[in-house]
Amino acid sequence: MIRNEDNPIVGLVSRIVSPFIMLFALYIIFHGHYSPGGGFQGGTMLAASLLLIRLAMGSEIAQLQFKRSWGTPLGSIGVLIYFATGFTAMLMGGTFLNYEFLSLSEIASHTRSIGVLLVEIGVGLAVMGILVAIYDDLLEGDPDV
Amino acid sequence: MKVGNYIVLITFFVLMIYASLGFPNRGDANARMHQEKSLAGSINAPSYYIHYAERDDHTPNMVTVILADYRSYDTLGEETVILTAGLICFLLLRKKRTANDQK
Repeated sequence: MIRNEDNPIVGLVSRIVSPFIMLFALYIIFHGHYSPGGGFQGGTMLAASLLLIRLAMGSEIAQLQFKRSWGTPLGSIGVLIYFATGFTAMLMGGTFLNYEFLSLSEIASHTRSIGVLLVEIGVGLAVMGILVAIYDDLLEGDPDV
Repeated sequence: MKVGNYIVLITFFVLMIYASLGFPNRGDANARMHQEKSLAGSINAPSYYIHYAERDDHTPNMVTVILADYRSYDTLGEETVILTAGLICFLLLRKKRTANDQK
């Protein structure tokens, strides 16, 4: 069987393309206020860029980029960012997930806008971590990767 | 037993079809949910979003505002579902392997 990582063209092309996919994914997350997109879509594309390297170069080399043990903790951190945003708003006198009370800006609507951005970052991190973790879990112990 | 299951399934199927006949037509401007005021006289949720989403959040994309602000509990739930799916994959697929290794 021809192993994927023996093919230099596939490896080189995916190594070139992967950072651009990541950049576009970050654009989708951070530009979600003004164009279609947001945390779920951007997180999926971040995971796609990591999985491309895993598919093309093999899981062992991809450990240099994103370790097998990082996926689940990163997903938990993403959910924690979301929850912490809501809980901070509650601690500062508002209701749960009422971003207006985060007092990050003078104007209430700008504060809510930043709160939405924080939440989207949390969603993106969680989706990316969990998708990569599921891929790694499925391939766990496969001698051919 | 099997016949009973099928009877229950078909009954629910017929009930669902019957209930869906009562829905308003798609794009019906006279439907209750498309009107500006609700039955109680307050502003309806969709027209509230369209009018005030940008004022409330300083964000032109209405979908983002609805997803992450007005309906943020729902999004928190979705994210928790994703995390749960990942954790279940972790538990099912990884633990089985370590048990096999010890044998």
